Amino acid sequence: MSRIHDMGGRFGDGPARPDPQGIPQLGDWQARALALTLAAGGLGQWNIDMSRRAREQLCPRDYMAFSYFEKWLAGLADLLVETGVLTRDDLRGGGDGAPHPLAGARLTAKAVPGVLARGGPADRPGGPAPRFAPGQRVRTRRPADNRLVAGGHTRLPAYAAGATGRILRHHGNHVLPDSNAHGLGEAPEPLYAVVFAAGELWAAPENPSDEVSLDLWQSYLEPA
Amino acid sequence: MAHDHHDHDHPHSLLPPEPALRVKALETVLTDRGLIDPAALDEIIDTYQNRIGPKNGAAVVARAWTDPAFRDRLLADATAVVADLGFFGRQGEHVVAVQNSPEVHNIVVCTLCSCYPWPLLGIPPAWYKSDAYRARAVREPRAVLADFGVSLPETTAVRVWDSTAEIRYLVIPMRPEGTEGMSVEQLAELVTRDSMVGTGLPKAPE
Repeated sequence: MSRIHDMGGRFGDGPARPDPQGIPQLGDWQARALALTLAAGGLGQWNIDMSRRAREQLCPRDYMAFSYFEKWLAGLADLLVETGVLTRDDLRGGGDGAPHPLAGARLTAKAVPGVLARGGPADRPGGPAPRFAPGQRVRTRRPADNRLVAGGHTRLPAYAAGATGRILRHHGNHVLPDSNAHGLGEAPEPLYAVVFAAGELWAAPENPSDEVSLDLWQSYLEPA
Repeated sequence: MAHDHHDHDHPHSLLPPEPALRVKALETVLTDRGLIDPAALDEIIDTYQNRIGPKNGAAVVARAWTDPAFRDRLLADATAVVADLGFFGRQGEHVVAVQNSPEVHNIVVCTLCSCYPWPLLGIPPAWYKSDAYRARAVREPRAVLADFGVSLPETTAVRVWDSTAEIRYLVIPMRPEGTEGMSVEQLAELVTRDSMVGTGLPKAPE
């Protein structure tokens, strides 16, 4: 039951195409789309998990047709309407242009460095104690679906569902995207780096010694 | 309970289809309503096009090559160590450094979106965000490395890090041969962006 964004392991995409080293230079509208998305996020009406969900909810045809920052723009427009910041009429250009109740929360140029420097830490002191310790064997749940919202956002990729791996490290308790992306609260729980042998994930691994590590929440895992 | 949006339900389709007009339309309505300060957009763009980039990560790597105590602290708690150097914030709130060796080569990907350590490497290059990289790096990392001109011995295991949470990974590549006696600043010049994602190797000294 994967969505279009969950593409790890897919066949048929062709070669990766390296770019020059250094800072990638964006085109004018792409840079504007990036900045607009960050500045609108500063209004505080959604979280990063909701932003990812909005992009993943694009219909597969749009997801594949849109370039990277077109996905960002579409996700932003959809979130603005979903959260009631703008109306569909506003997007059509038919709004009245009256001052918005959230105008006081507008990100100013002066506040940009501070906002970027603060970021949005995802670790939380609360939540359950860790069930697993480094070295322990665990199995991921299958299918890789959100268990709170049917068809909802999750960070367990389909290629790693039902696989047995080993806990590499415990990162502390982190906000659970499956909950937070749907406005159901942060629901923090232990987050682990879990490592899988390539042969556990792929029918024909390139090298039997190769491994893939994923960051996975405790509720994605059971003892193996 | 299920979300089953259809194409025509998506508000974004109400904006002009052409991307430059689409961003202009959205910026205009948000500015008119007092929700966006265009000068803040300029500031964000200047930050990510001119100030924050892979030089930050290169300074960390070069120091790790020359200062074993620093390297050990970095491998134990990279978030705190890079924050002390001034590298923290958005998309770098939680950092883990992983070290290449003759036994293990590390590569970072985000198969589900494009998570990347912005305070250390800046904005991600197009290839990192591409379907080809996201789809293939976990299943055939050695073929992807070949796209970048990198070939590893069969005796070196590849460990791919799929960034599925808010942890951002920085690869510490192996220090090139023939760099004994070089300063930290000279060494940093050898550290490419791609070598800190794991798709490249540092430059050889001239």
